[in-house]
Amino acid sequence: MNAADKKRLLREMLFARRFEERCYEAYVERKIGGFLHLYPGEEACAFGVLEAARPGHDYVITGYRDHVHAIKCGADPKEVMAELFGKETGSSRGRGGSMHIFDVKHRFMGGYALVGGPFPLAVGMAKGIKMKGGDEISICFLGDAANNQGTFHESLNMAALWELPVLFVCENNLYGIGTRIDRSTAVIEQYKRVCGYNIPSAQVDGQDIEQVYAAAKIAVDHVRSGKGPYFLELMTYRYRGHSMSDSNAYRAKEEERMWGKRDPIIILRDRLIEAGELSMDDYKKMDDEVLDHIENEIIKFAEESPEPKLEELEKYVLAENDPYVRGGMH
Amino acid sequence: MAVMMYWEAIRRAHDEEMARDPLVICMGEDIGVVGGTYKATQGLYDKYGPDRVIDTPISENSYTGLGIGASFLGIRPIIEIMSVNFAWLATDQIFNSAAKVRYMSGGQLTAPVVIRSPGGTAHQLGAQHSARMEKVFMGIAGLRVVTPSSPKQAYGLLKSAVRCNDPVFINEHELMYNMKGEVPDAEYFHPLEGSEVTRAGKDITLFGYNISVHWCVQAAEQLAKEGIDCEVIDLYSLSPLDRAGIKKSVSKTHRAVIVEEAEAAVGVGSEVMAIINEECFFELDAAPVRVSAVNVPIPYNHHLEKAAIPNAKKVVEAAREMVGK
Ligand SMILES: Cc1ncc(C[n+]2csc(CCOP(=O)(O)OP(=O)(O)O)c2C)c(N)n1
Ligand SMILES: [Mg+2]
Repeated sequence: MNAADKKRLLREMLFARRFEERCYEAYVERKIGGFLHLYPGEEACAFGVLEAARPGHDYVITGYRDHVHAIKCGADPKEVMAELFGKETGSSRGRGGSMHIFDVKHRFMGGYALVGGPFPLAVGMAKGIKMKGGDEISICFLGDAANNQGTFHESLNMAALWELPVLFVCENNLYGIGTRIDRSTAVIEQYKRVCGYNIPSAQVDGQDIEQVYAAAKIAVDHVRSGKGPYFLELMTYRYRGHSMSDSNAYRAKEEERMWGKRDPIIILRDRLIEAGELSMDDYKKMDDEVLDHIENEIIKFAEESPEPKLEELEKYVLAENDPYVRGGMH
Repeated sequence: MAVMMYWEAIRRAHDEEMARDPLVICMGEDIGVVGGTYKATQGLYDKYGPDRVIDTPISENSYTGLGIGASFLGIRPIIEIMSVNFAWLATDQIFNSAAKVRYMSGGQLTAPVVIRSPGGTAHQLGAQHSARMEKVFMGIAGLRVVTPSSPKQAYGLLKSAVRCNDPVFINEHELMYNMKGEVPDAEYFHPLEGSEVTRAGKDITLFGYNISVHWCVQAAEQLAKEGIDCEVIDLYSLSPLDRAGIKKSVSKTHRAVIVEEAEAAVGVGSEVMAIINEECFFELDAAPVRVSAVNVPIPYNHHLEKAAIPNAKKVVEAAREMVGK
């Protein structure tokens, strides 16, 4: 990563942070409904890993905390915001919402709301890649608590058994909603759990994008070179509640303070400043531009977009005019 | 037309579709080397190899999810779940992923998978191997449910299901794999929607699907001798149900008996009755009746087991009562 890349990544992470914070406000203003899971604190995970992969080319899938992954894959942030606003111009035409962002043309294959649900889908996409002979890989981002689902173990087993090109990225933020990992999970270090499936793994600091990037590079190369699956555990922390309805009362203030000092954006910013690549003024300017872009383009677009038509309520349930429903063309 | 068994018809559909399209695969427990518990994939492993005829671990939910994920990339998986009792474990991926992904992605992504699984009460398999689950699957938006009553349907429905862009659940029956019937020699695609008039009649409509069509036909033959002329309608599509076909037949006969192997509650019979109410209530000469299973976990004891599920005799009795004979 050269200085220009780092500056670009700083801007992308800052954008993601401000985007999510603006979602929070829009939720309070009741512009966004439903469950809203935000990503502040964890930015270096998605950006570090996807920077090492080929977004738009590789297939990416995740859970409900999905806005930022979609954007890094190439989804238009305007469409993501419009989706949160439930608009027809949204990435899923207002039918999905925050937990179901999809942008298939950029191979962002969705946000899914069932904890553990994407594991087998990711392995299936890897099976598809292998059958078709492409050089893509399948990347599955999920939380630490998802690893207690049966699908985790079943999917790892099949991925290893059939040597499929899938990278599992565990965003370990130490909590599944309000349950701390040591209260739900016998083996706390997630990367150790995959040794039962003979899958190589690593654990790195998920707050430092350079470390994430370096580890992801190894992981991505391993998977892309046809050596089978890989598991990467990123130690991270979410700065907000699990979702908007969460008061965060279950976390010790000291713990929050400690992780607050390890903000991935600040870590990268200060490193760039120290190296003389960036000034505080540059950073402030960057921030102003980001905020302006979000307010005057993204929010504006979402606000002004039309609602889906009520007449189209039943569209997208089944394929339209599929000839085999009538017994083929014959 | 060749006469073949139900399992042979299913096998033939697999073979033709796999020969035609290299993206068609099949997967499930013991379907490869063994050739399938009911022989539905016999010989395919040798012909197409382990990458396309996949023996899976016993992980119903995740191998079903794997098939769904592969289908996102254009693969056409035919997933066999050895028994519907085990398909319960896969309902998460079938309902939450396959059935909903088209809608919640605003039409961007679709899961064209076929999931085949036999249900039904066979011979003394006990409560955990005798479930009839079609009622659960047919209530899910975004999922098609078909259920073949003959080798011809088993062949033609699978052919269409593989090519259709929707997820399709095919409800087969453990007792029907050795049933013989004529299957067209030429390639044949059965419609995934609609219903079939198996026997025309004017006095009472007997609605059946899958194995219960056969009970209806046997009952109709008996009833014909008694001067009661029954129409038998085969509801091979359970989702969507054929509203027009149901209406047409009941508007003609003015009487309906719905025969299902499953328990009555929240089932095919309740749904057909609701459609009759909505579509042709004023055509009725008698209140519709359901012939269905007793609401118990299926018992092991042979006599208890038989008592729990319907048969042709119970259909005959229900029809006689309906016309006051
Ligand atoms: C199958 C299922 N069970 C429970 C839930 C409710 N739920 C939503 S998120 C969550 C915690 C998941 O934590 P983790 O996997 O660590 O991801 P994080 O939210 O921390 O990113 C739970 C229990 C769900 N959505 N799906
Ligand atoms: Mg977590």
